[in-house]
Parts: sequence; C-alpha cells; structure tokens
Amino acid sequence: MSAATVRRLMMGFYFILFFGFLFGPLIVMGVTAFNTSQYPQVFPFEGFTLDWFGVLMADRNMVEGIRNSLVIGVLVVLLSVPLGLAGAIVMTRIYARARSLYYLVVVSPVLTPGVIIGISTVIFWRDVADSIGSESVYNGIFLATLGQSTFISAYCMLIFLSRLQRFDRSQQEAALDLGATHTQVFFHILLPFLKPAIFSAAVIAFLTSFENYNTTTFAILADKTLTTVLAGRVRQGTTPAISALAVLIVGVTLAGALLYEVLRRIEQRRDEARSRAAAMAERAELSGEAATVAA
Amino acid sequence: MSGALIFGLPVAVIVGLWLLARWERRRNPDPQRQSFVASNGWPVAIFVVVAVGFWALVMVVLPQLHMVDFSFHPKLPPAQRGGPRDVYTLENYQYFLFGSTRSTANWNVTHLNAFWLTIAVSMCITLLNFLICYPLAYFMAQVGSGSQVRKLMLLLIIPYWVNELLRAFAFNILFGTSGVLNTILLKIGILASPIDFIGRDIALYSGLTYAYLLIMMFPLYNALESLDHNQIEAARDLGAPWWHIHLNVVMPFAKPGIAAGCTLVFMLCAGALAAPLVLGGPKTLWFTPIVYDRFYQAFNWNQGSAYAIILLLTCMLFVMLVMRVFRVSLSEITR
Repeated sequence: MSAATVRRLMMGFYFILFFGFLFGPLIVMGVTAFNTSQYPQVFPFEGFTLDWFGVLMADRNMVEGIRNSLVIGVLVVLLSVPLGLAGAIVMTRIYARARSLYYLVVVSPVLTPGVIIGISTVIFWRDVADSIGSESVYNGIFLATLGQSTFISAYCMLIFLSRLQRFDRSQQEAALDLGATHTQVFFHILLPFLKPAIFSAAVIAFLTSFENYNTTTFAILADKTLTTVLAGRVRQGTTPAISALAVLIVGVTLAGALLYEVLRRIEQRRDEARSRAAAMAERAELSGEAATVAA
Repeated sequence: MSGALIFGLPVAVIVGLWLLARWERRRNPDPQRQSFVASNGWPVAIFVVVAVGFWALVMVVLPQLHMVDFSFHPKLPPAQRGGPRDVYTLENYQYFLFGSTRSTANWNVTHLNAFWLTIAVSMCITLLNFLICYPLAYFMAQVGSGSQVRKLMLLLIIPYWVNELLRAFAFNILFGTSGVLNTILLKIGILASPIDFIGRDIALYSGLTYAYLLIMMFPLYNALESLDHNQIEAARDLGAPWWHIHLNVVMPFAKPGIAAGCTLVFMLCAGALAAPLVLGGPKTLWFTPIVYDRFYQAFNWNQGSAYAIILLLTCMLFVMLVMRVFRVSLSEITR
C-alpha cells in the first residue's frame, strides 16, 4: 500500500467517525419517535407508530409554549434587527477613540454566558418595576424579548458590519450630488444595499431566539416557552413524545434553514448577474466612447 | 445612592467622550467631515442615537452594573430593602468560599470543586473540539473541491440548528442504563451488566463535546479558507514534513479563527445549563446549575448574582488569556 492510499484511508475513516458522531445521536433519537415502545429505544423495534405525535399535540403546556416562543421570536426580530443596524451605523461613524470601548460594550453580550444575561435582565427590570411602582414591565415575554435581544442584536450588528464593509461610498456621494437629501440616501441607497443582510439577520435572529434556553429560562419568569417546557419534560423522564417533538423541530428548522440557504443563493446569483451586467454595460460604453474618439 | 452611581457612571463616560470629540474637532477642524446629524439627516440620526443608547445602556451596561451592585447586598424581604439593614456586604462571596456567611472555618468544598471541575473540563472539551474539527476544517478550506465543500457545508448546517436540549436528550437515549448503547453492548455480549454512563459523567462530557462541535468548526473554516494554498506548496517544496507545515504555517495563519472558536466553545461550555440538567447524574456538579439553584431553590437572588459574577469574571479572564496567548484583538475574535 502506498503512502497516498494510507492517507486516503485514514481520511475516510475520520470522515465516517466525524459524521457518525454528528448524525448518529440525531438518527437514533429520530427512530425512537416512531417506535411503539414506552421507553425511547431503537432495539427491539416493536412496531411503527405515529401515536407519539398525537400525545404531543394533546399537551396543552407544550402548545402554549410554542405559541409564546413564536411571539417572542417575532418580537426579537422586530427589536434586534433595527438595533443591530443602528449599532453597525454607529460603528462606522463613531469618534475613533471611543470606537474600541463602544465595540467592547456592544459585542460583550456575544461572549457572555446566556444565563448571566438572563439573570441581570431579570434583576434590573424587577427593581425598575419596583421603583416606578408598575408591574407592567416585569413581564415574562417582555423580559425574554429584551434579554435575548441583548446578544441577538450583536449578531445582527456583525452581519450588517460585514455587508457594510463592501459598501461603495461613491454611490452615496453620487446621490447627494444629484440633489438627494441624507434621509433619502438612507432609504434609497443604504437600505436596498443592506437588504440581503437584513434578511439574513432576521432569519438568524428568529432561529436563535426560538431555540434559546439559557437566557429564556431566567427571563421568562412564570410564563413558558417551548424550550422551558421541553426542559421540564426532559428532566421528568424520557418518553418517545420528546423524540417526536425533536423530529418536528428538526424538520421545521431544517426546512427553514434550507429555504434560507436557497433564497440566499438566488440572491447571490442575482447580485453576481447584476454586477456582471453592469460591468458589461460599462465595457460597452467605454468601447463606444473609444469608437467615437477614434472616429 | 448606588442607583445614582450606576446611572451616573455610564452617562459621565459618554459625556466625557463627546466633549473630548468636540474639543479635538475644534482644535484641528476638518472641513471634509460633517457632523453625524448632518451626514445622516435628522430622522435617521435620532433613530440611530436612540436605538444604540437603549441597547448599549439600558440592555447591556445598566443591567450588568446593577447585578454587580446587587451581589454586594444581603438578601432581605422587600419591605426592608433600602432600609438600615441594606448595607454593602461581602457575605455572598464569602458563602461561595466558605459555605457559610458567618464562619470561615471550612471551605465550601462542594461549590469550589464544582467550579474548578467546570473550568478544567471546559478547557479539555475546548481542546478536544479543536482537535476533532481541525482536520475537516482544513480539508474543506484547502483540499476539497468546490462541490465537495458545498455538500459538506450543507451536512454541517443541518445539525447546527438542532436545539441544545434535544441534543442532550439524544445523548440521554444513547447513554441511559437501558439506553441504546447498553442494550447493544449487552446483546453482543461485551458487557455482563449495564454501565452507568450518566453517573460516571461520560454522558455529560460527550454531550457537551457534541453540543459545541460546530461552534468551533465555522470560525476555524473561515480562517483557514483565506490562507493562500501556495504557502503550503512552498513549505512542502522546501521539504517541510506535514506536521511542520500545520504547526508553523497553517496554524499561525489561522490564529484568529482558533481563538474565536476556543473562546466561544469555552464560554458556552462553562455556561452550559441544558446539558448538565439533562445528562448530569445524581452526584454530578456543574457550576451553572448551582447558579440556577441559588435562584430557584435557595431563592437567594443576591447570592445567585454573586455566583453569576464569579462565572462572568472567569469567562472574561479566559477571553483575555486567549487574546494574550494568540496575540489577537477582540474584533478579530468576533468577526
């Protein structure tokens, strides 16, 4: 056996191990969702059933949790995408000496454990509610939205920053020279340019919010979300109904992630086509000019 | 009093920086540069300032400062808060060290052990994750063809979005006493009686490794991808053995990605709550569930805050350590 064959065999072995480790547990969990056995197991496969999905739908807490999770997810998107956008704009314009301090402050939530964000949010707003004498801000859904948005806004900001790096300032100047106001430049030049980033940020914000547990479990107070209900069920004991839920969630996120990927690729291709068309038009114009000059 | 300090401090810093900026602009005026408001228009400027002010102050800085302040207060019933007994105290931190707010005779062995164990295991898992991910990241970034990489990426993105709790649950099914692994091992006769994977923490450690594998993968891949393959070819032509190339050419180049992956995995591991709750055995001690119990079993929020701050400081220390060791900046880590 040559050295190259040995290397290829080792690489193949590593690939099998890696993807086996990555997918094995998920596949096992998926299979248990369809087994009639009371305890989630693969062997012996006693019989195929869809009953566990029925058990799931009959669980009132679970359904309420899913509803709350969806509401919080939408609220988080509505809050963190604008915050992330504003944060990115400030980053490109802020006074140079304050930049690193500002960056440290807004990016620190990404590097902070989620439980700490949840804890500080709850304590802070409980005392705010106490001092203004109104319990309306001490509300699980409100606090979960705020707590999650603290770090999800930073994700959004990072997405916007990487897109803004490729922004061509001359477009902005051209519009200003043609008499547009600064507000018009923002809405007609900058926002359309950022559209793909806004889309990415919204999808990532929603998915992150939907599957968050660490921050939510503190911030949600007496309410419940999908993840907090799930945590309770998983701790109580293992039933195949949880596997059924996992199959559903994985299915939905999978569909979402695939759809996102497809849409992003279409957008990318359209972008490329546009820039190619622009380059061709430019070349045509240049050669046209050259022809006139030559004539 | 402390309220004024917490609100005043950040505002003072902002005003100070703003004055400094004005002063500097007056000293060397730059006619090219417009003010922030003029260059964005009124409506946008107001939106940006309000949004960032709310986020940075009300959502990030003030809650954290308030939590620090809160952790230095004793636990009191609501009626006594702000009263004469509401003084600054170190008792919450003392409890972490000595297990009692009065005596300092005995160490709080349970909590201290859990703390050190959490840090040590998180570091091991971080290293392990790096070792597992590096070959694949390198393959995707430098060796594989375009279509291979696209397929592999898709395979990686799919499990990335599976919830942390469900991952832990999957490992619970695998490693339980009557779980899949034990059933198989018993059936083929390797084992005579089932192994208690959960009680021995094997389930927890592999579950944690599994949960944050992909968090390591993506920064690593991004960093390796921008390395010019000619550099590797050049090293090879000059006769460097393969491990030399990785150690002296590829890894130094990928430093920001390695640092990013390591800080994120360590932070998530040390702050993990779902996996220890689901996969922890009766004797398992992980630090985050202890913090959780301070809140929801001991109902001592002040003490819980102190514990949360200890965890936060540990993570900050680790980030600074990584930045120092790898000589990278914060913006390179979070890219």
